[in-house]
Amino acid sequence: MNGLKKFGSKIRVPALSISVALLVGALFIIFTDIEVLGGLLSDPIGALSLGIGRAATAYSALFRGAFGDPENIGKALASNGDIKLWARALRPIVESIVASVPLIFVGLGVSVAFRTGIFNIGGAGQYTMGAVGGTIAALAFGAGVTPGPIAILLVMIFGIIGGAAWAFIPGYLKARVGASEVITTIMLNFIAGQFVFFLVSNFEFIQKPPRIQPVSKELSQFVDLPGILPIAALRMDISVIIALLTAVAVSWFLFRSTRGFELRAAGLNLAAAKYAGIGAGTSIITAMLISGAISGLGGALVAVGTIKQLSPGIAGSVGFTAIAVALVGGTRPSGVVATALVFGLLQHGGSLMQVQTSIPIEMLLFIQALVIAFIAAPELTLGILKNPFRRRPRSVAK
Amino acid sequence: MRLELQKITKQFPGVLANDRISISVDKGQVLGLLGENGAGKTTLMNILSGLYRPDSGKILIDGKERIFRDPAQAIDAGIGMVHQHFMLVPVFDVTESVVLGNEPTKGPLGSFDRATARAQVVELSKKHGLHVDPDAKIESLPVGVRQRVEILKALYRKSDILVLDEPSAVLTPQETEELFDIIRGLAKGGTSVIFITHKLNEVIAVADKITVLRRGAVAGETTPKKATAAKLAEMMVGREVQLTVSRSKSKVAEPILQVKGLNVLNDAGGLAVNNATFEVRSGEILAVAGVQGNGQTELVEALTGLRLVDSGTVALEKKPLHTGSPREIAMAGVAHIPEDRNRDGMVKGMTIAENYILNTYHLPQYSKNGLLNRKAIAAATEQAVKDFDVRTPSINTDIASLSGGNQQKVIVAREFSRNVRLVIAAQPTRGLDVGSIEYIHRRIVEQRDAGAAVLIVSTELDEVLALGDRVAVMYEGRIVGILDAKEATRERVGLLMGGITK
Repeated sequence: MNGLKKFGSKIRVPALSISVALLVGALFIIFTDIEVLGGLLSDPIGALSLGIGRAATAYSALFRGAFGDPENIGKALASNGDIKLWARALRPIVESIVASVPLIFVGLGVSVAFRTGIFNIGGAGQYTMGAVGGTIAALAFGAGVTPGPIAILLVMIFGIIGGAAWAFIPGYLKARVGASEVITTIMLNFIAGQFVFFLVSNFEFIQKPPRIQPVSKELSQFVDLPGILPIAALRMDISVIIALLTAVAVSWFLFRSTRGFELRAAGLNLAAAKYAGIGAGTSIITAMLISGAISGLGGALVAVGTIKQLSPGIAGSVGFTAIAVALVGGTRPSGVVATALVFGLLQHGGSLMQVQTSIPIEMLLFIQALVIAFIAAPELTLGILKNPFRRRPRSVAK
Repeated sequence: MRLELQKITKQFPGVLANDRISISVDKGQVLGLLGENGAGKTTLMNILSGLYRPDSGKILIDGKERIFRDPAQAIDAGIGMVHQHFMLVPVFDVTESVVLGNEPTKGPLGSFDRATARAQVVELSKKHGLHVDPDAKIESLPVGVRQRVEILKALYRKSDILVLDEPSAVLTPQETEELFDIIRGLAKGGTSVIFITHKLNEVIAVADKITVLRRGAVAGETTPKKATAAKLAEMMVGREVQLTVSRSKSKVAEPILQVKGLNVLNDAGGLAVNNATFEVRSGEILAVAGVQGNGQTELVEALTGLRLVDSGTVALEKKPLHTGSPREIAMAGVAHIPEDRNRDGMVKGMTIAENYILNTYHLPQYSKNGLLNRKAIAAATEQAVKDFDVRTPSINTDIASLSGGNQQKVIVAREFSRNVRLVIAAQPTRGLDVGSIEYIHRRIVEQRDAGAAVLIVSTELDEVLALGDRVAVMYEGRIVGILDAKEATRERVGLLMGGITK
């Protein structure tokens, strides 16, 4: 009971924030619709009901895109095990989860740095360099050069090395000369993207023949990450499990290990950490190495397993969304996983919304931004909804 | 105006901060509100100033009930707060600071009428005997004068009831005396004053009436004439309190800490500690007195490895210490109670248990194969919490939620948990209540009696004189004198603190 209450109070603000953000998003959909606006003066009721209808359609598409169409699920249930129907029913939710995997990795990575008091916003760069490492490993050791499981292991190791090495640079600079990690990591994000561009347009070893586009070879021909679902058409591979295991490992590291204790102490109060004999420089470099390693691992697995190709824009908006994921999740591994999942659902649901209605995918970015804003301002969120969970102050008699 | 608070009750999750508290202050009266940290003083004042709403109870001004929904309404009703931490803009001058928020204006555009403002401030300060230069920049003013600006600010807003929250915490003894004169003058002029403090002598000196709070409720009311410090302390703490540390004669033995020709630089590169030479022997307390900022901080930091030693030597039982890291020094048997517990002594956001092992977590009993031994940590912390009487719901409570006294007890428990040869305690009781001060002093004396050498650095003369077997005085980085307890009178130490050596 106590645990349940604790859990409830922890997710209260995020849950309300998401609800309020969706509500505000709906208002936005209604009042940016040109037809609704046009009819607002002549026929306000008609215009509003049109707008509400449109918002409902949009959110219905968002929901179906994120979780799956109930109709399809019904058909699959009735079909007595028709693989095709099941694949169609489950694809949206599976794709939502797949979309959340990079966010889990990079969210966990930057969380470790945040916990140490380092504002590592180089998640994108570290993820990208992990993807580079994973791609090189796949090309070099895949396609039968080494046995499949070994190749996968090497992909992961190279990804970890790529991300950690990239994160080491800002960590070292901060520890040694006090260079602001905010600036160095941002800059290294750009450099990583350009570095990939250089790699995939200059090396026959990497570039996809006939060497016209700046992208790598199809990586699925070299390494294939095993799927974890019995339906082959659904592309959910072991990276989901590795992501969850990483979350457990990060939690273990932060809260159970001696090193994690040092990093948390340094992150919360550097002066007290020094007093306690914890070296600031070591903490910074350790945190950045771990942070980069996790993001890099994600980059390698997603590049090889999900996207199956390395390209300069591989990180997309993952870097910045993951910062939001880490902050919304309270830099707690469980919180990061949950938030990444929500953002994954929004992201994939949004793509269907864009296809089925005239509402652009940017609407989802707007909703994501609102979620973050509301979580950053819990008082505002609680105020908007006159929070029903709020306990009334008991009058006291002693 | 007469202010009356009737049966104010305020409940926070898990804490009954105010339990049917009733206080009153008449026109021209000074009410001393006395209570330990956590007794509910601040909550009560936040209710009075409109920051909190009480769960029940009434606020009456001249017999009429008032409800404050926000601080602006409390100010309108004539209640002026002077907070412990000043709310001033450093780059503003005194005039601007006083009128900020209620600036006199002129012209159709309502531009700031500096001349009128300045005249008003001058008049106000003359009327109440609060001498300040209306054109001085806040950042150039000493703390005592800044406080006067805060008081002027409240008076400028036509406050008839002035609330001063721990006003002497930041003042020197002379500045405190001046403040008392100001308070008496204001009361004579008809202002009602509520003076919140935990310092017994101050309420006796300045209040007309004393209300004592304990654990959120009124523990008693009295007047300075009837009260003695001992009686007030007993009301505050709920049991008899020893205001002076009782201790046996020290059994001094071999020297433990030997400092020779120590030079230490401050952050700006200037010489903060200048050729300091002294020793502290087993079984004695050397108390270092001095006005804040005369090199004591740097001395302690150098001795504990937090600051580089420029030249000179420090030895602990003949082994050199001046090149050690904080961890090496701690492991060598030095307990360090840091001057600023919020900055150096603890990690807020971590639990009591985590803070208890803050500098011993790496020892084999707490850490194995890179993992923390949570069972051993919990067991050790439970024991320490019991031994040191730390009031907390659990060892997994965030240390930030404890009162200052309990936080300090956790720090002291941690530092005394190792084999201690030397105790370095900087301002060990700053900001603590009577009960905690007594407790911490007793614990430090216990260490001395067990044969440790103790170095106490304090800017509170009372503390220095109460604890020191010998008293060293620092002035501008030099140790200008070391006196035996017998010769260390208030006057002699006071003169040395001012740099007068003859």
